[in-house]
Amino acid sequence: MKETEKLLEIRHLHKDYGEGTILEDVSLDIHKGEVVVLIGPSGCGKSTFLRCINGLEPIQSGEIFLDGENIIANKTKWSEVRQKIGMVFQSYDLFPHMTVLDNILLGPTKVQRRDKKEATAEAEKLLERVGLLDRKDAYPRQLSGGQKQRVAIVRALIMKPEIMLFDEVTAALDPEMVREVLDVMLELAKSGSTMMIVTHEMQFARAVADKIVFLDGGEIVETGAPEDFFNSPKTERASRFLHTFTFDQVK
Amino acid sequence: MENKREADSHFLCLKNKKGSNGVDIDFITQYAPMYVEAAKLTLRLGAIGILLSLIVGLLGALVQYYKIPVLRRIIAVYIELSRNTPLLVQLFLLYFGLPKMGIVWTSETCAIVGLTFLGGSYMAEAFRSGLESVDKIQFESGLSIGLNHSQVMRYIIFPQALSTSVPALCANVIFLIKETSVFSVVALADLMYVAKDLIGLYYKTEEALLMLVVAYLIILLPISIIASLLERRLRYAGFGN
Repeated sequence: MKETEKLLEIRHLHKDYGEGTILEDVSLDIHKGEVVVLIGPSGCGKSTFLRCINGLEPIQSGEIFLDGENIIANKTKWSEVRQKIGMVFQSYDLFPHMTVLDNILLGPTKVQRRDKKEATAEAEKLLERVGLLDRKDAYPRQLSGGQKQRVAIVRALIMKPEIMLFDEVTAALDPEMVREVLDVMLELAKSGSTMMIVTHEMQFARAVADKIVFLDGGEIVETGAPEDFFNSPKTERASRFLHTFTFDQVK
Repeated sequence: MENKREADSHFLCLKNKKGSNGVDIDFITQYAPMYVEAAKLTLRLGAIGILLSLIVGLLGALVQYYKIPVLRRIIAVYIELSRNTPLLVQLFLLYFGLPKMGIVWTSETCAIVGLTFLGGSYMAEAFRSGLESVDKIQFESGLSIGLNHSQVMRYIIFPQALSTSVPALCANVIFLIKETSVFSVVALADLMYVAKDLIGLYYKTEEALLMLVVAYLIILLPISIIASLLERRLRYAGFGN
C-alpha cells in the first residue's frame, strides 16, 4: 500500500433499509492516488457502498471523512462534497436533451461558475483524451454505449474531483465496447487518479487495482493486494467466490 | 332555368346573394363583426383560463411529484372531481349555485374559474406524466456532478418532462378552447351564443353555423399547427438514453 495521506476514511458505516441490513460495520481507508477495486457477489452491497459515499443513500450510522472532514454531519453541503467525488453510473445517464459538450459543461458552468470558454477548452481536451472530440455536438442517443460511458467519465472528470467512483460502468455494455471504457480507466489510474471501482471484470480488477476489497453479505470479508487476493485468498468465502469465476472462465 | 334553380337550392351558391336557398353573403358581412367580437371574448377568456390551468396544473403535478402529504390527497380528489364532471355542470354550479350561498360572481369570473377548474386537472395530469417519464437516475446523475436540487429540476428534469408533456398540453389547450363553447350558459356573448342568437332571430341557420365553424377553425387551426411544430422540435427526449 502506498504511504501517502488518507483521502477518504470510512468508519463503521452501517446501512439498512428497515428490514435487511445492506452494509454492516464497513471501514475502509483510501489514500491519495490509490485504486481500490470492490468485488463481491451480486447484492453484496458494493453499489450501495459507493452511493453512500457521495450521499445518494442515507446511512444509519458511521462516519465518512473526506480530507479529514466528516461529511456525514448534518450541515454537509453535498453539492460541494460531490464536486470532489466524481461518480460514473452503470447506465451512463447522460442528459438526453443536451449535446455531448453541454452534458460535460453543465457542472463546470452551473455549479463551479467557471468561464464557459475555459471550460469548453478543457472539455474538448478531455474528449480528445477519450477519443471522442469529433462527437462533441452529437446527442447521447447518437452514441454507442461505450461512447456514452466515456462521455460520462469526462463529465465527472471535468469537475476535477479528488476521487472517482465507478459503479459497474461496463456491466451494461456489449463485450466489444467494454475494452474502450476500461482503457480510459486504466489511463486514469496510470496518471495517478484516486479511484474506487466496482466491477465484475476480474482481469481488469487485477490489472488496475492497488487494493482489492472483497465484500460479501454487506461486510468487508477480505482486503489485499491484487496478486495475493487472486492467487491465494485468505478467506474461504473469497476463494469460493473466485472459484465460481474461474469455473465460468473455463467453460 | 328551373333546373338551375333546383341545383342552386342543393348547393351553397355563393353568387346568389339573396334568397333562402343559398348562402347569404350580405348577412355574413353584416354579422361577421359580431363573430369577431365574440371570438375576441372566447380567446380572451380562453387564454386566461388556459394560463391559470397551466399554473394550477403545474402546482398540482409538483405536489404529486414530491408526494407532499395531505395536499397530495386534496389534489387527487380535485382531479377526479374536475375530470369527471362536465364543464356545463361546473358552470351551472358556479353561476346558479354559489349565489345561493351568498357568493355572486360575474359571468366572466364564473367562466374563467370554471375553465381553470376543468383545465387544471388535465394540465396536472399532462405535467405529471412528463415528470414521471424522467428516470429517477437522471436526478442522481445531476446531483452527482454537484448540482443542487433546484438546479437539477431546472436544467435536467423540467426540460425532459416538458418535452414529453407538450403533446398532451397542446391537446389540452385545443380541448379547453373548444370547451369555451358552453360559456353562453352563463350569459356570455361568446361564439356559440352569437350563432344561437342569429339563428333564433333570423333563422339564418346555415350562415350562422358556417360562420361559427369558420370562427373556431380560424382560432384553432393555427394553434394546432404550432402544436405539431413544437412537438416535432421537442421530440428528442423521447429517444431514451
